[in-house]
Amino acid sequence: MKIIIPIKRVLDPYTQARVNKQTEQVDLTNAKMAMNPFCEIAVEEALTLKESGAASETIAVSIGTDKTVDTLRTALAMGVDRAIFIKTESELDLQPLHVGKILANIIKREEAELIIMGKQAVDNDNNQTGQILSGLLDYSLGTFISQFDLSSDASSVEVSREIDSGIETRKLNLPAIVTVDLRLNEPRYASLPNIMKARSKPLETIELDSLGIDTSPRIKVISVVESGTKDRASKQISSAEELFSELNQMGVL
Amino acid sequence: MSALILIELNGSEVNASSRAAITAASQLSDSIDALVLTNDASNSASVSKLAGINSVKMIVDDALENANVEVASKLIADAMSGYKYLVSGSSTYSKNILPRVGALLDVQPISDVCEIKSNNTFVRPLYAGNIMATVESSDDTIIMTVRATAFDHSGDGGSAEVEVLTSAIPESNSTFISLQESQSERPELTTAARIVSGGRGLGSKENFALIEQLADKLDAAVGASRAAVDAGFISNDYQVGQTGKVVAPQLYLAVGISGAIQHLAGMKDSQVIVVINNDPDAPMSRMADLVWQTDLFGALKELNEYQV
Repeated sequence: MKIIIPIKRVLDPYTQARVNKQTEQVDLTNAKMAMNPFCEIAVEEALTLKESGAASETIAVSIGTDKTVDTLRTALAMGVDRAIFIKTESELDLQPLHVGKILANIIKREEAELIIMGKQAVDNDNNQTGQILSGLLDYSLGTFISQFDLSSDASSVEVSREIDSGIETRKLNLPAIVTVDLRLNEPRYASLPNIMKARSKPLETIELDSLGIDTSPRIKVISVVESGTKDRASKQISSAEELFSELNQMGVL
Repeated sequence: MSALILIELNGSEVNASSRAAITAASQLSDSIDALVLTNDASNSASVSKLAGINSVKMIVDDALENANVEVASKLIADAMSGYKYLVSGSSTYSKNILPRVGALLDVQPISDVCEIKSNNTFVRPLYAGNIMATVESSDDTIIMTVRATAFDHSGDGGSAEVEVLTSAIPESNSTFISLQESQSERPELTTAARIVSGGRGLGSKENFALIEQLADKLDAAVGASRAAVDAGFISNDYQVGQTGKVVAPQLYLAVGISGAIQHLAGMKDSQVIVVINNDPDAPMSRMADLVWQTDLFGALKELNEYQV
């Protein structure tokens, strides 16, 4: 069984997103980038399946300009077998529906039966791509999963989903797409020898244009502003009595 | 241009985020219908009395008891014929289903709308709310989820007609096994009016119980910083922040939390922020309305013993 892990290069989640005041768009010039944290969890889960003997091959896929190769190499260094790089000539504002169509094309070509991906990317926070992809391919779908068990004959998976009311368990027949939540696992770090080894692992480049997919924006970002963490006029207090009295006055108790 | 609201039910009651969706849709359309997928026809009672709803469309089938996404998305896509808008609350229920409806209708959905600027222009958060983006959709049909904290919750008082749709239930490749409902007696973190949140300053799992005790006193939900979760004080479904849960309660009481960017991003829209910490330079304190700079164990003891 082949596993495809779509991954995304995003602004390092431990740095603050900044706005270019001229363009009114998010400014990523010289910003520190990293693999989306949820994608790391997806990679880890795929590697665990490979190591258990359940998967024959793990393939990371990402879309972007040349710099995206760094993120794919990170996945290879973690242990993924090979990578597919969908190359764009410039920074395109690809939206989940576009990404879904591109990934659907690759998944059909690879005849992959299991797709493991992050539940959302921490830049645009859409939480859509896995769901959209499942609709385009008519694959079964398990979102926000915190537990994943493949059946012994590899025909289905049992997943636990973190939903508002608790934990839901479902059985998904393959082919299936799962989107992973934080509690699924702790992703590994790439060791130095593996980082070296990743340089010689196969990485196939496909020009986005060659896929013939319409990527004209459906949604235009007109402007962005930093909502930021505004400082507030902090009032010092020094007792429980004072705190309860203030909160009562504010009407929040 | 009419709007369809996907209603989420908790048992037989309408979820608060669906009520926010009605308010949002009322800014887009004069003609709002509600769509309910359920296994129990009697659930129409709570939906038909929602204010602002023209008519209730119901699809009733045993297969709909536990929101099978493959089935639900197909039924909703079919029910969308003639509607311009599909609006739902930002809950795991809708986030699971709506993007798949988008795929079936070739529409790019819009997540977590916080403000409606015009009939196709919306404000939504990026980077866990650190950035607010104004976005314009060019799709003919608009599918969106709205933040329950950003819109008033529409009340009752209506008496909408109920129409049961006869829809063929498609085959599905997934089956429901079980639901383990959260056992907590406390309010749910993302919709709680009050949250008491603890950080690494608590020092241990045992000490974290003091946070839980204070939360119970205030009828509040319990939250935690990533540092507290990583240190094993509490499990990570309590984590507030960019990679955890985004909250906006009336009261956010942060104890022993220094205020990493990713934590602040998850709670900065709280109405009143109270910080209890012994570090005057903690970033958290600058965001606070009230700061109690003290030994946090002394403060927690005093608060837990205080007779309200």
